[in-house]
Amino acid sequence: MEADERRQFELTTLPHLDAAYNLARWLTRDEHAAEDTVQEAYCRAARYFKSFRGGDGRVWFLSIVRRVTFDWLEKRRSQEALPFNEDLHDQSDESANPEFVAIRKCDEATVRQALEELSPLLREVIALREIEGLSYQEIATVTQVPMGTVMSRLSRGRSQLQQRLAASQEGGSA
Amino acid sequence: MNCEEAVSLLQPYTDGELDLVRHLQIEQHLQRCAACAEQEQHLRSLRVAIASPSLRYQAPESLRARLQAALPSETATPIVVRKRSMPAFQLATMAAGVLLLVGMSATMGMLLSHPSSLMDERLADAVFADHVRSIQVDHLTDVVSSDRHTVKPWFQGKLDFAPDVPDLSEHGYTMSGGRLDYLVDRPVAALVYLRRLHAINVFIRPAANEETKAVRSLTRQGFHIRQWQQSGMAYWAISDLNDEELDEFVRLFRAALPQATL
Repeated sequence: MEADERRQFELTTLPHLDAAYNLARWLTRDEHAAEDTVQEAYCRAARYFKSFRGGDGRVWFLSIVRRVTFDWLEKRRSQEALPFNEDLHDQSDESANPEFVAIRKCDEATVRQALEELSPLLREVIALREIEGLSYQEIATVTQVPMGTVMSRLSRGRSQLQQRLAASQEGGSA
Repeated sequence: MNCEEAVSLLQPYTDGELDLVRHLQIEQHLQRCAACAEQEQHLRSLRVAIASPSLRYQAPESLRARLQAALPSETATPIVVRKRSMPAFQLATMAAGVLLLVGMSATMGMLLSHPSSLMDERLADAVFADHVRSIQVDHLTDVVSSDRHTVKPWFQGKLDFAPDVPDLSEHGYTMSGGRLDYLVDRPVAALVYLRRLHAINVFIRPAANEETKAVRSLTRQGFHIRQWQQSGMAYWAISDLNDEELDEFVRLFRAALPQATL
């Protein structure tokens, strides 16, 4: 990579390193794996940088990070013979309009655990929307699915998260 | 609009993703329908529950170092991005240095001779470069305080204008501090606010005529920028926050400023 190109590449990607790490960290649920996947994504991005036509560097970099991270999740699942993760494939028939229950402010550990227990695709969309603050359109571009799919995943993710948090509150201090 | 429609649109509504017409329709429906309004409250309670800053992981220093080493360098002098050799900043400081040598009046002449749109684009580049540098070199603030009564006096004697420092903490935008910065070639006050772990830089300086009064939106590399003029001052707000929250921030910020010449 030429010096000028490398400068451009670093300007495109490095401002979004926290966003990239945050996504990888939530998906892998492991700090070392998150570092590894971000580094792999960074190198892959450098190889493809010539095909980047300007525009939103964050969305472009995050889309590479999530591809590398899902590859990692798939590989690990096959290596460790983890139970089949239905959400990597399913088209859930859960209601598109879930009913929401009231929850109080929870402690951070409870929220963290509830979010980590969601399947990767739902965890991803919650992390991108609620923590990273991306718009539906940006999430659709990062995850390479139509907006409608983003909305239904978000709906399912929130619904499941709510149920888990509400359940923990009933079982806890209530 | 009936309840079934309203409920199906509640999530995009609270996410700020609806067009204006449907947004207003839902708003009206929620004022009339207690059941749907309760659903909205529950939905919002989820967001409050997970709005903890510590839920956003920050890339460790070790990772930045690894990335530096990961790419083979063909140049004799590798770029250390964490240092002040940010390329855009280098350009900005070089430009600033050259322009300062030429002299302030010549500088103003050059800037004024630019069509305003070009000028905006150039300033947007500078705003972006300043913001990126501020979040990458851990030099976000010169004066660290969540108290506007500490931040505002700090600028006295350092600038030939006194920036207003609104307190927006009750709305979830915490004051983190302030610092002196340069936008292209002129000193600016930079106010720093935090929303979760997202930093918002607000650059302030006396307005030049060519800056627009209405709020304008620009983007740079996934960072959102808002620019406006108010009471003789020019403002630039930049962050990687989403559009919706940055708009809210700008609205609150503007409302908290003196309203003299709006």
